[in-house]
Amino acid sequence: MKIIVCAKQVPDTNEVKIDPVKGTLIRDGVPSILNPDDANALEEALKIKDKNPDTQVAVLSMGPPQACYMLRECLAMGADAAYLLSSRAFGGADTCATSTTLAFGVRKIGDYDIIFAGRQAIDGDTAQVGPQLAQRLGLPVVTYVQNIREFKEKSVVVERQLEDGYEVIEVQTPCVLTCVKELNDPRYMTIDGIEGAYKAEITIWNENDVALAPENCGLKASPTQVFRSFTPPPKGKGEILSGTVAEMATALVGKLNEKHLL
Amino acid sequence: MIFSEKHELVRKLARDFAEKELTKEILDEIEATGQYPEELLKKLAKAGFFGIKTPKEYGGQGSDYLSYVIVMEELARISAVTTIWVSAPNSLGGGPLMLAGTPEQLEKYLKPIATGEKKLAFGLTEPGAGSDAGGTKTTAVKDGDYYILNGRKAFITMAPVADWTIIYAKTDKTAKGSRGISAFIMDMKLPGVSVGKAEDKMGIIGCPTSDIIMEDVRVHKSDLLGEEGVGFKNAMKTLDIGRIGVAAMSVGVAQGCLDEAVKYAKERKQFGRRIADFQAISFMLADMATKLQAAKELVYRAAQLKDINSPEAGMAASMAKYYATEICNELAGKAVQIHGGYGFIKDYRVERMYRDCRVFTIFEGTSQVQQMVISGQLLK
Repeated sequence: MKIIVCAKQVPDTNEVKIDPVKGTLIRDGVPSILNPDDANALEEALKIKDKNPDTQVAVLSMGPPQACYMLRECLAMGADAAYLLSSRAFGGADTCATSTTLAFGVRKIGDYDIIFAGRQAIDGDTAQVGPQLAQRLGLPVVTYVQNIREFKEKSVVVERQLEDGYEVIEVQTPCVLTCVKELNDPRYMTIDGIEGAYKAEITIWNENDVALAPENCGLKASPTQVFRSFTPPPKGKGEILSGTVAEMATALVGKLNEKHLL
Repeated sequence: MIFSEKHELVRKLARDFAEKELTKEILDEIEATGQYPEELLKKLAKAGFFGIKTPKEYGGQGSDYLSYVIVMEELARISAVTTIWVSAPNSLGGGPLMLAGTPEQLEKYLKPIATGEKKLAFGLTEPGAGSDAGGTKTTAVKDGDYYILNGRKAFITMAPVADWTIIYAKTDKTAKGSRGISAFIMDMKLPGVSVGKAEDKMGIIGCPTSDIIMEDVRVHKSDLLGEEGVGFKNAMKTLDIGRIGVAAMSVGVAQGCLDEAVKYAKERKQFGRRIADFQAISFMLADMATKLQAAKELVYRAAQLKDINSPEAGMAASMAKYYATEICNELAGKAVQIHGGYGFIKDYRVERMYRDCRVFTIFEGTSQVQQMVISGQLLK
């Protein structure tokens, strides 16, 4: 089986700082990591490889050259090959332009049975790139995959996470599956894997390599642009009532009435 | 020191592992029961920590000493006893094999210890032969295809759980001092081998230490490690380098102590402000951080010198071990001091770290033995 895993390097922080002028993320000084959901996507591919050792797992990303570090981590976990789409022309891409670019990368890699991606990246939280990629490639997509039940000849049976349960879906292959963290527990790298990752070659492609016209990628091909980013003011301190249960209940009802919530 | 991206990734692996797997619940359980979970040993093996610099053909990872010290440091930052388990197959167990093992011995013994399937202990110390390892009294007398071993080894790390132990014994009773000592790989299930009761130790709880008693143990000559009579030389070479590992665990524990001290100094309030705002505390932290950084540089340098097989590696390892273990004890003491009464209570991490690091200036060559090695180099 041939598997492509889409991965993104993201800033490792819950307190994302935003450039007050440009309204974009400040990435300087923030350590970058493999996007957590993408680690689940890679783990699922590697689990298939554990069972069928002739499986080939390729990781594909779009980003600046520094993203190679994240790709080495993927190789150190056990991926067979890594591809990075990197060019100034790709800069400023929104999800639309990103999925176009990734689709050209996928076509260039060629042969594949399944494309795994994370549900969403922790920096943008859009969850759009996976489904858009499927659309560009004309493939079926199942999002929020929390379990893979069975591989059949030309299809795969998966569980799709819902808020209050899950649905069981059989989808033909090739297809795109976006993964949630409940799917698995990503493995650690190994020392041997790290040694191997630094002997491996990471293939870097620009727009010419994947035959993508410059006007179809990056900022120019992005119909959405960040209008304004801001840090929401922190929530004020909550009020803790005290007294007997009856006193507290009376006070609570009073306060809710005051705010016209009752 | 500035690390390559590769070594940064090794650090990330070890740190992620330590933070995720070595949880407070598991470490408290180890302290309470004295048992290190077999499941955790399997996970350590899977990450490749048992054969970091062991060649790949013998089940290892084919990395280098710098990776080894980084892993030791990051694991020790959370759990010192974990690094004892890691150092055994990499250093005192794997070391003598890699130095003197025949291809058959490497296949038979090195491979299973690098992959974590078997445990190999290092049996040099005796009740009367500690720093003066030349005073070995254990004997090995040749009898046909076998050697007959008799004697007693003391303070042997992992002895009660080891599958094999490398035993140093006198094969030539007429030779004086350290001469005439040979090394054997002894199967712990052989008739005549018994282990003493596990010692009730101050720290490093979760890796048992005991005596090994040998009464007419017949070891096959194929398990003689290296040539007859050169065992002591190989033991010294192993210890020379093994020291880097203890130095690395020291900077790890010291880092853990500093982390805890900084955290506590920022939380704890007395006289209406954070204790970190008192110069007495903040300057203590500054000294701790500075000494720790100096120790780290010594450790990384020793590892790098070993990686290029420099003749200076031995002395660098002694300096690293001497300084790092001493400042580790100093930092642990100060971390407890900053914690005040809470530092004396087992709920706080510094209490365990304080006890764990006490042995660092003692095992694998005391601080005084390191001073002998360093001054010996200067004065030769």
